[in-house]
Amino acid sequence: MEYFAQQAINAIQLGAIYALIALGYSLVYGVLTMINFAHGDLFMVGAFFCLIIASLFPLPFVVILVLVMLSTGFLGALIERVAYRPLRSAPRVSAIITALGCGLVIENLVSSLSPYAKPMPALFSVTGYNLGGLSISSLQILIIGVSILLMVGLDFFIRRTSFGMAMRAISFDSRTVPLLGIPLNKVISVTFLIGAGLGGAAGMLYGLAYPVIAASMGVLVGWKAFIAAVVGGIGSIRGAVVGGFILGLVEVMTVAVLPSTYRDLIAYSLLLVILIFKPYGLLGKAPNQKV
Amino acid sequence: MNALEVHDLTVSYGDIRAVKGISFTVKQGEIFTLIGANGAGKTSTLRALSGMLKYGGKVVYQGAEIDDIAADKRVGLGLAHVPEGRGIFGNLTVMENLKLGAWLRKDKTGVAEDLERGLTAFPRLRERKDQAAGTLSGGEQQMLAVARALMSRPKTLLLDEPSMGLAPKLVQDIYRVVREINAQGVTIVLVEQNANLALKIAHSAAVLETGSISLTGTGAELLSDPRVQAAYLGA
Ligand SMILES: Nc1ncnc2c1ncn2[C@@H]1O[C@H](COP(=O)(O)OP(=O)(O)OP(=O)(O)O)[C@@H](O)[C@H]1O
Ligand SMILES: [Mg+2]
Repeated sequence: MEYFAQQAINAIQLGAIYALIALGYSLVYGVLTMINFAHGDLFMVGAFFCLIIASLFPLPFVVILVLVMLSTGFLGALIERVAYRPLRSAPRVSAIITALGCGLVIENLVSSLSPYAKPMPALFSVTGYNLGGLSISSLQILIIGVSILLMVGLDFFIRRTSFGMAMRAISFDSRTVPLLGIPLNKVISVTFLIGAGLGGAAGMLYGLAYPVIAASMGVLVGWKAFIAAVVGGIGSIRGAVVGGFILGLVEVMTVAVLPSTYRDLIAYSLLLVILIFKPYGLLGKAPNQKV
Repeated sequence: MNALEVHDLTVSYGDIRAVKGISFTVKQGEIFTLIGANGAGKTSTLRALSGMLKYGGKVVYQGAEIDDIAADKRVGLGLAHVPEGRGIFGNLTVMENLKLGAWLRKDKTGVAEDLERGLTAFPRLRERKDQAAGTLSGGEQQMLAVARALMSRPKTLLLDEPSMGLAPKLVQDIYRVVREINAQGVTIVLVEQNANLALKIAHSAAVLETGSISLTGTGAELLSDPRVQAAYLGA
C-alpha cells in the first residue's frame, strides 16, 4: 500500500507535467482547430532555455521560470506569426506539414548546437521529507505546486478575463469575432504565447525532475501529451488536465506492477479504449456543441 | 455629411462575381434598406462594408475612406455589423456575449450602464443572462445579437436579415427595436428578403438583383412600385 502511495506521488508529478504540455495543444486547437506539432519541441526548448539562463545567471527559481515561460512563449508566438498565419486559409494538411516541419527545424537546430545530452543543473539544493513513511522531495513539491498554480491561473484567465472570453469566442466562431472590434490575430498570438509558455515551463520542470536533457526529448513526451489532450477532449482546458493526469497515473502504475516494457503498451491501449467509448474525449464535446 | 457612400463596390468569390459594381448613399440617421432575392448579393455587400471580405471600389464612412481599415478597427469608428445567422457565441453565456460587444470601450461605468439598459430593453435576456447563449431560441438569439452590437455604441448599424427564421410576432418585436434604435440617432443599413416589412420602415431603399442595383427610391416609393410588388411582394 505504501509502495502504491509512493508511486502515486510520482504519478502526480509526471501527470502534472503532461497536463501542462497538453494544455498547449488544447489551447491552440481551440482557436485554430489545428494541432501544433511543434509543441513538443517547444517543451524541449523550454528545458534548454532553463539550462542556458541558469548557467549564465544565478537567479532564483521563480525568476528563471518566468524568463523561460516568456522566451518559450515568444518563440511559440513567433512561429505562429511567420509559419502558420500565412497558411491559415490553406488546406489543413499544409498547416500540419508546416507544424511538423517547424518542430523538425527546432529540434535539428538544437541538436546541431548541442549534439550530446546535457546535464541540467539543480537550481536549489533539494531536501527530502518524510510524510508518514512516504518520501517526497522539495523538488517534487515544487513541480506539483507550480504546475497546479499555472493550471488554476490559466483556468481563471480563460473563464474570467475578457481575453479568455475572446479565446473561447474564437473557438466557437472566429469569423464573427472581428465584428465586435476584437483583434483576432492579437488574441491568437496571445494564445500561442500562453500555450508555448506553459510548454516551456513543463520542459523546465521535466528537466529538473529527470535532469539530463537532449534535443530529442520533446518527441516522445510531446506525442504523449498530445494523446493526453485528445483523450481529455482536445480544445477543452479541463480535459487536457484530466488527460494529463490519467496518462501519468497509468504509466507510473503500469510500471509499478509490470515490467517497464509494458508501460507504453498498456497506457496507450487504455487510452484507445477510452476514445472508442468517448470519441470526443472525456470532457470534449461534438463540434459546435462546445458549451 | 452622409453616413456611408458606396462607390462601384464589387465582391468576388474566386471566379464568381457576387456584387457587380454597385453605388449607393446612406444618409445620416436614416434607415436604408437593401432588398433582394436569395443570392442577390446582400450579405456580400454588408460583409464588404464591415471589412469581413476583400472588395473592389470605394467605401466612404462619415466622410473618410475606410478601405484600408481592418474589420475590428471599423467597429471602433462606430460601424457595427449584426451578421447573417446572428453570430452568437453559443458556448458563452448571454452576459459574456454582451460584454464582448463592449471590447473596445474603456469607460467601465458607461459599459455597466449600457449592459443594464440592454437587459432592461430585452427582459428575456435578463432572465437568461447566465445561461449559455446556444440554448436561446432563434428570436432570443437575434435580440442578443442586436443588443451585443449596441454595446459598442455604434453610429451606424448593419443588419443582415434580422427577421430570418422568426415567427411573425417576433419579427414585429425586432422591427420595433430597430425603429427605436434608429430613433435614438443610429443610422441603419437593413438587408432583407422580407421586402414588405423592410420597405415599410425604410426612409430610402434599393433593390439588388444578381449583384446589381435595379431600382432605388424612398421606402414608400418602392413599396408602391409595380415592379417591386410583382417581384417581391407577391402582388
Ligand atoms: N463563400 C462563398 N463562396 C462562394 N460563393 C459565395 C460565397 N458566399 C456567397 N457566394 C455567392 O455569392 C452570391 C451572393 O451571395 P450572398 O450571400 O451575398 O447573397 P444574399 O443576397 O445574401 O442571399 P440570401 O438572401 O440567400 O442570404 C451567391 O451566388 C452565392 O452563391
Ligand atoms: Mg444573405
